[in-house]
Amino acid sequence: MNEHIGMALIVVGLAFDFFGCVGLIRFPDVYGRLQAAAKCVTLGTCGILLGLFLFKGFTPTGIKALLCLLFIILTAPVSAHSLARGAYRSGVKPWSGTVKDEYTEKMGE
Amino acid sequence: MSRNISYILGLLATAAVVAVILLCPIPSMLRAASPFLARALMFLLLCSFLCLYRILRGPTAVDRAVAIDMLGILIVGFCSVLSLPTGRDWYIDIGIVWALQSFIGIMALSKYLGGQDFDE
Repeated sequence: MNEHIGMALIVVGLAFDFFGCVGLIRFPDVYGRLQAAAKCVTLGTCGILLGLFLFKGFTPTGIKALLCLLFIILTAPVSAHSLARGAYRSGVKPWSGTVKDEYTEKMGE
Repeated sequence: MSRNISYILGLLATAAVVAVILLCPIPSMLRAASPFLARALMFLLLCSFLCLYRILRGPTAVDRAVAIDMLGILIVGFCSVLSLPTGRDWYIDIGIVWALQSFIGIMALSKYLGGQDFDE
């Protein structure tokens, strides 16, 4: 039973990885691509790792998979955030169709 | 109009690649794995190739940094899937170490791109 749930989780993770990669190709500017990449982390690879944990149970490999999941889920938003900040500071303009840009307004104060 | 045509062509190409991955015979390198896990590994390889396309084409440096970040995450998933059919449990260790060094590298790269010091 556990193996079937693990397989389903791995399938969900693969689908989200694929959609994130398609978003990486299709989005028009850096910030949209960052958004797609962050989705790919949270549901994609974490789903795969959770599926691996369900396959292995409470063995050393399963515990390592849980640790890896925790580390990734803590660090991926941090790195995405700092990449967006670095991109803005290095002068990458948002897409021409952007409606509102709050960061510039805040910095102008 | 030509934009619509290119959109439909891209959709058809993506569907064709996914169908090939789901239907093709399993290559001999992955013959020992169960069919589900072999196809999962091939799917992750397809995603990695899409990331490599963005690394080649990306107009700015930040695009490439984003694609490299995502490639590291995909490799973590690849290592964890690979530890199932082969029975070698140390592949997940490679995944943990890869996640660690990818995080540190991306943080340093983004600080550098923003023109800050590393201790800021």
